[in-house]
Amino acid sequence: MPEIVLTVARYGFLVLLWIFVFTVVGVIRRDLFAGARSSRLVAAPRGIGPTVAGKPAKVKRGRAARQLVVTGGALAGTRITLGESPITIGRAEDCTLVTTDDYASARHARLVPRDGQWYLEDMGSTNGTYLDRAKVSAPTPVPLGVPIRIGRTSFELRS
Amino acid sequence: MTAPAIPAPPPINQGDGATAARPSRSGGRRNAELGLLAFAMVLVGGYAAAAEAALVGHFSFGFLGPLIAFAGILFVAHLLFRWLAPHADPVLLPAVALINGFGVMFLRRLDVAADAQSGASISIFGGQGGRQLMWTLLAVTGAVVALAIVRDHRSLSRYAYTLGLAGIVLVMIPAFLPARFSTINGAKLWIKFGSFFAIQPGEFAKIMLLVYFAYYLVRKREVLSLASKRFLGIDFPRGRDLGPVVTVWLLSLMVLIFEKDLGTSLMYFGMFVVTLYIATERVSWLIIGLVLFLGGAYTAYVLGGLIGGPFANFHLRANIWLDPFADPHGQGYQLVQSLLALGTGGMFGAGPGVGRPDMLPVVESDFIFAGMGEEIGLFGLAALLVVYLLIVERGLRAAIGVRDSFGKLFAGGLAFTLGLQVFVIVGGVSSLIPLTGQTTPFLSAGGSSLVANWLLVALLLRISDAARRPGDGSGSGRGGAPASGGPVKLQELPTEMIHASGASQRDGEKS
Repeated sequence: MPEIVLTVARYGFLVLLWIFVFTVVGVIRRDLFAGARSSRLVAAPRGIGPTVAGKPAKVKRGRAARQLVVTGGALAGTRITLGESPITIGRAEDCTLVTTDDYASARHARLVPRDGQWYLEDMGSTNGTYLDRAKVSAPTPVPLGVPIRIGRTSFELRS
Repeated sequence: MTAPAIPAPPPINQGDGATAARPSRSGGRRNAELGLLAFAMVLVGGYAAAAEAALVGHFSFGFLGPLIAFAGILFVAHLLFRWLAPHADPVLLPAVALINGFGVMFLRRLDVAADAQSGASISIFGGQGGRQLMWTLLAVTGAVVALAIVRDHRSLSRYAYTLGLAGIVLVMIPAFLPARFSTINGAKLWIKFGSFFAIQPGEFAKIMLLVYFAYYLVRKREVLSLASKRFLGIDFPRGRDLGPVVTVWLLSLMVLIFEKDLGTSLMYFGMFVVTLYIATERVSWLIIGLVLFLGGAYTAYVLGGLIGGPFANFHLRANIWLDPFADPHGQGYQLVQSLLALGTGGMFGAGPGVGRPDMLPVVESDFIFAGMGEEIGLFGLAALLVVYLLIVERGLRAAIGVRDSFGKLFAGGLAFTLGLQVFVIVGGVSSLIPLTGQTTPFLSAGGSSLVANWLLVALLLRISDAARRPGDGSGSGRGGAPASGGPVKLQELPTEMIHASGASQRDGEKS
């Protein structure tokens, strides 16, 4: 075997190996940017980011609730964007909004949209769900800005 | 690792606008996987060809048989993954295939060197390389079967207690077996069936234990992360919450004592501590874990010097590590040869097939990294390590992307375990830490390790598939009834699931 061939094989192999590594990194990089672009495209109009939250949402005046905001308790400041699916609140892992509240039940309450209006429903909790001081016993429509209280946590719907 | 309480919507979060673009993208990712896989096969083939040409003295086609068999196995696996996990990470399979291929071809190169005359005409499944090829076939089949059975990683959490118990039993079996059934090279980690076939149950146990750890910590993390005392600017847990970590610490020390293997013991303990850290986001757990482990290892070392007995093996290994050249022809022989091989390799290595791996003891398993290092040099080894790093990174990425806490912990733990194993063995052969009998994942000869690590990769693929699936909500399966017809809107609300842990201190970052 001529020496030159072995030398070429030796260095050529290393070069190829590193090209492979950088190709992999390139694939990951493309992945990363594809993700970033789509999340900007999709998420921004929903009003999750601070830039959109700052904008006055005057397109639809008042009526439709778009966010569930935690106003008091351990999770205060948290926002959940409302869609068309129900939101469950409780301590169980599979709830949409998982609270750490000691006074909340595993599956405490849920918010269900019906014809553009959100209804609050208690799911048999131990300590009850309150809508502006009144205990919720049957599905109750929730107006915007009225506090919902579960244990020590309070929420309200905002547009 | 300070994940915000509300994770930013991951790439899968899909709304009305991006629907059209998405399917093509996931298809493109599978093609990227195919391309990378082909590239990896070219590299493996190039390595095999160069090594064989250097050994036999002329170019020969002996390597083509194993190469085609190996590539065939992986391409079939790739096609099945297209169907079983269409959105899975495109990098994992090619990266693992590359390392596995190097392992097979390096072992084959050992066979060729051992029999230089007829070397190149070894049959496809003959010799160590052929054996490894068969194990690869079995391991990849195992991975495909695992992907086919586990359609949703969360279903594993249902068997958490069963798997945890099975894991502990598997870990303990070698300790109770008589030494002639369980000891290889001083480590009591094996179950031997006859003289030619041995399995290492601990390799499988690590995955099972991880399922249990993840399940347990998802349920307990609130207690473990919220109740704490502040000391020196770090939140430390209360005394009574230390129970689980102390239990696992004692168990891993028992592994160290009764199975005489630091690496395995470090592995289980590290796995638990890191899952705990991911679950609670508390640095204090890492500090506690490190202090406990170092303290335990040091005590074992001192005890080994004083009374010997079960600690003697560890004491000996630590001494070799402290001064390998004290007895270069006796106890330090293995490590000294390994260091010499790495030194001979230098920056660019001697070239494939030009090194002298036959000088290295147990080069086919424990010291395969040093054996390859002699031939591909620091540049090649660094590339291999980067490939390992990328595998681990993709695992952690899947953990970040997936939406349920169990999946996050499980994927994070799996990825970390793989990284830790590489660290333990590479650190061992390069004399950074005391040498232990861990296998180099995917690279070294050994069926159990290969099968278990391919299973691990299958689970990572499953989780990354769930994490990257376009937002039809099925990756989360939460939030009450499925959407009744209509366009899928914010069905992926669970994306915004709030993680209880650390929510209280992180209010500032949130809004």
